[in-house]
Amino acid sequence: MIYASLSTLRAALAAKKISSVELARLFLDRIARMNARINAFITVDEEKTLAAATEADARLAAGNASPLTGIPLAQKDIFCAQGWRTTCASRMLENFIAPYDATVVTKLEREAGMVSLGKTNMDEFAMGSSNETSYFGAVKNPWDEARVPGGSSGGSAAAVAAGLTPVATGTDTGGSIRQPAALCGLTGVKPTYGIVSRYGMIAFASSLDQGGVIGRTAEDCALVLSAMAGFDEKDSTSLERPAEDYSRLMDAPFAGLTIGLPKEFFSEGCDAEVMTAVQAALAEYQKLGAKTVEVTLPNMRLSVPAYYVIAPAEASSNLSRFDGVRYGYRAPEYANLTEMYEKSRAQGFGAEVKRRILIGTYVLSHGYYDAYYLQAQRARRLIANDFAEAFKRCDVLLGPTSPGTAFALGEKRADPVEMYLSDIYTIAVNLAGLPALSLPCGFDAKGLPIGLQLIGNYFDEARVLAIAHVFQRATDWHTRHPACNL
Amino acid sequence: MTWEVVIGLETHVQLATCSKIFSGASTRFGALANTQASPVDLALPGVLPTLNRGAVECALRFGLSVGGKIAEKSVFARKNYFYPDLPKGYQISQFDLPIVEGGHIDIVAGQGEECHEKRVRLTRAHLEEDAGKSLHEDIHGKTGIDLNRAGTPLLEIVSEPDMRSAEEAVAYAKALHALVRWIGICDGNMQEGSFRCDANVSVRRTGEPLGTRREIKNLNSFRYLKEAIEYEVKRQIEILEDGGVIQQATVLFDPATGETRTMRSKEDAHDYRYFPDPDLLPLAVARDWLEQTRMALPELPEAKRQRFIRDYGLSAYAAAMLTVTLETADYFEAALAAAGNNNANAKSCANWIMVDLAARLNREGLEIAQSPVSAAQLGGLVCRIADATISNAIGKKVFEALWLGDGENADAIIAAKGLRQITDTGVIEKLVEEVLSANAANVAEYKAGKEKAFHALVGQVMKAAKGKANPQQVHQLLKQRLEGGEK
Repeated sequence: MIYASLSTLRAALAAKKISSVELARLFLDRIARMNARINAFITVDEEKTLAAATEADARLAAGNASPLTGIPLAQKDIFCAQGWRTTCASRMLENFIAPYDATVVTKLEREAGMVSLGKTNMDEFAMGSSNETSYFGAVKNPWDEARVPGGSSGGSAAAVAAGLTPVATGTDTGGSIRQPAALCGLTGVKPTYGIVSRYGMIAFASSLDQGGVIGRTAEDCALVLSAMAGFDEKDSTSLERPAEDYSRLMDAPFAGLTIGLPKEFFSEGCDAEVMTAVQAALAEYQKLGAKTVEVTLPNMRLSVPAYYVIAPAEASSNLSRFDGVRYGYRAPEYANLTEMYEKSRAQGFGAEVKRRILIGTYVLSHGYYDAYYLQAQRARRLIANDFAEAFKRCDVLLGPTSPGTAFALGEKRADPVEMYLSDIYTIAVNLAGLPALSLPCGFDAKGLPIGLQLIGNYFDEARVLAIAHVFQRATDWHTRHPACNL
Repeated sequence: MTWEVVIGLETHVQLATCSKIFSGASTRFGALANTQASPVDLALPGVLPTLNRGAVECALRFGLSVGGKIAEKSVFARKNYFYPDLPKGYQISQFDLPIVEGGHIDIVAGQGEECHEKRVRLTRAHLEEDAGKSLHEDIHGKTGIDLNRAGTPLLEIVSEPDMRSAEEAVAYAKALHALVRWIGICDGNMQEGSFRCDANVSVRRTGEPLGTRREIKNLNSFRYLKEAIEYEVKRQIEILEDGGVIQQATVLFDPATGETRTMRSKEDAHDYRYFPDPDLLPLAVARDWLEQTRMALPELPEAKRQRFIRDYGLSAYAAAMLTVTLETADYFEAALAAAGNNNANAKSCANWIMVDLAARLNREGLEIAQSPVSAAQLGGLVCRIADATISNAIGKKVFEALWLGDGENADAIIAAKGLRQITDTGVIEKLVEEVLSANAANVAEYKAGKEKAFHALVGQVMKAAKGKANPQQVHQLLKQRLEGGEK
């Protein structure tokens, strides 16, 4: 049951082989035993979880269950869930109990009937690629506990990898779902910007943030995404489109697919073992009947610099609300208003968050705005245009998710730029707002998982998930689990 | 050496929507602190703004009313600064691309020979949200925050520096105030802060380039606006005449002292780090929507004023007075319709509304919409004066009876109280005879050349007739009798 697929769990629940309460207890017990080591969860509340599971069992018994009712999940601690402590892994929100539900929480838990096992660890305010910036401590990669799980959705990825939950939510601003999925041997999907409501998802960079799913397979991700996505009038950037079943293309014929290979994804800078695994995956697709074409994204080199202007700019403003006035951390001692702001924010935010607030404040300042922010927006348009050109010649783009496998804890902490470059293959996708996913495609010599990235055109998530599914039918990389069991 | 005063106004108009500009919370004034603040207004983590269509429509109504250009695409930006009553740490406003550009307001300023018409150009009008309120009265030694007002929709209307005196500034503010109420986008309640002005004031020697301006913030009455500008102008001229220089600054007006004091100088001006709000899409106004809004606009004050002069033969003054508010204009036209539409009735209705009704409403502190005397009732009264059923003086009695609800309409009151005018010459002659014989002294005085005595006699006859005798006839018969000697 620990590593069972969602459809297996669903069948077991429907056949009354197991109850939702029993399933929840199974995972809660594993969390109780293993979380101290992995640190994947910030908050676990057995009472709430079991109450939700009891409700799910009632729905199952009454016959008004949805396909996901009673199935446990873990929520990234960036989603507000009413009555749950919601910290964003920051001291600033250490004791913040959310008084309302994010739309994602409403849809997955209140409507679909999934049962939350708890709130997962993450980089503070989703700023990081290693999960080391969390106020609640680093998350360990279940494949090697001396290594990072990736970030910012590192807790979600580690929890799924360690078998602490069947599936977890994540958010992806520059790779925060795909990179940890890659580093933990999982499948993680970031949909088109505007598909998943951002209401109740604590904002990092509003124009880039997008909710998504980390699971073991494309099939599992598709099931959860179908329940999670949809137009939300509470989010003005949410797209008014009919609801979709993202599993619908899983069994569609694969023939005639053209895979685009951006040459920028296959040049220097990528670890050789990663590249070997990606090439092998490509060969597998060719064997399955896919054609390939080389494409180019000439402005991709602008993506990291553009991202590190736009994301901090938006963040510097988004994080202004954490001022110690209405909720959240307030310094115990201050002489006046200015000091209250300064001390509360100095003490409440960690170093990486403060670094990005400073960068963002700087690039928006009078006299610098045109040179940085506007210039970055121009670069963003060029990058989006590059993708549009590429998609004229292919159905999907393929490449590595991350230039390397999981790095050692502390290895990149001293050099922010080196850390930022670990997102070099994922960031452009957020700037363009495209859907993308990462799926396991092999292991390096150290036994660490390698991720393959598939990037689709706008609204093509069902197709991208199906392309991943075809690979997962032909390979078994996604079925491997770390030997971290106690 | 003559000084020229240059004034531009920025006016914050609170839009009369039921809910806030970016949340569903109520905008009602005066509720218990923080009871009208939703998660969005409180800026809880994760919340997002959604634009209130009603607020946009208000801006469209205004833009169309002043002949401004409605932007095909306008953009909401974030104005970043920290303040305890600004929950998000930024205000959502419009910066580079406002919803309305240009337009104008026509004003009439000054009195007597100084009276002149003028067109004040508008720079722009943009939508934004209001902040909350800091409550500085001691709450256990701390400052309180009330976020009920946070997120209230505002239209900030910016004029060109076209005004040349405090009077013009006040005339502009009044015309703007009348307009926003007229088109129903603001309740105009200045005490509650629904309409407040910032005045940019500078002075220069005639013909020279613009002087350094100082901005007087948050003037919430026409009187303060006038006093603040007058003080600021006087002070700036004094400084310049003493050889000093004006420092650009933002100042506050203290009504108690009648003076302005500096709030912040140019040096501590904020860098607001404006950038487009990524939570809100650019606002595109569909042509259909704009056209529907245009069709739904009421006839505007200026057009109505012109029509009152042209169609009803009203004086420019009366037409202006009757178009101060839409309610007044509607009342006038309804009264006229009830009286029968002709120029004499129009003039009479106008007088009744501007004099008797206005005075009575003023005394009771009522708005014309709350008048106990309906427009139809006033029209009925005017009609009975016009057809000489009653005199103007008796009309005042009927009006009072209508006010007190003593009868359904003028006719019922005239009948019930027996107020019909006496026009029978025989009856009036008889009364004249009686008065003359009873007031020999007055008659003698009149004959001795005292004109005043004649009025006393008229008064006596009217008194004897209980005010109902036709005054012209009394006058005429009395004169005949006195001039003509004994019968």
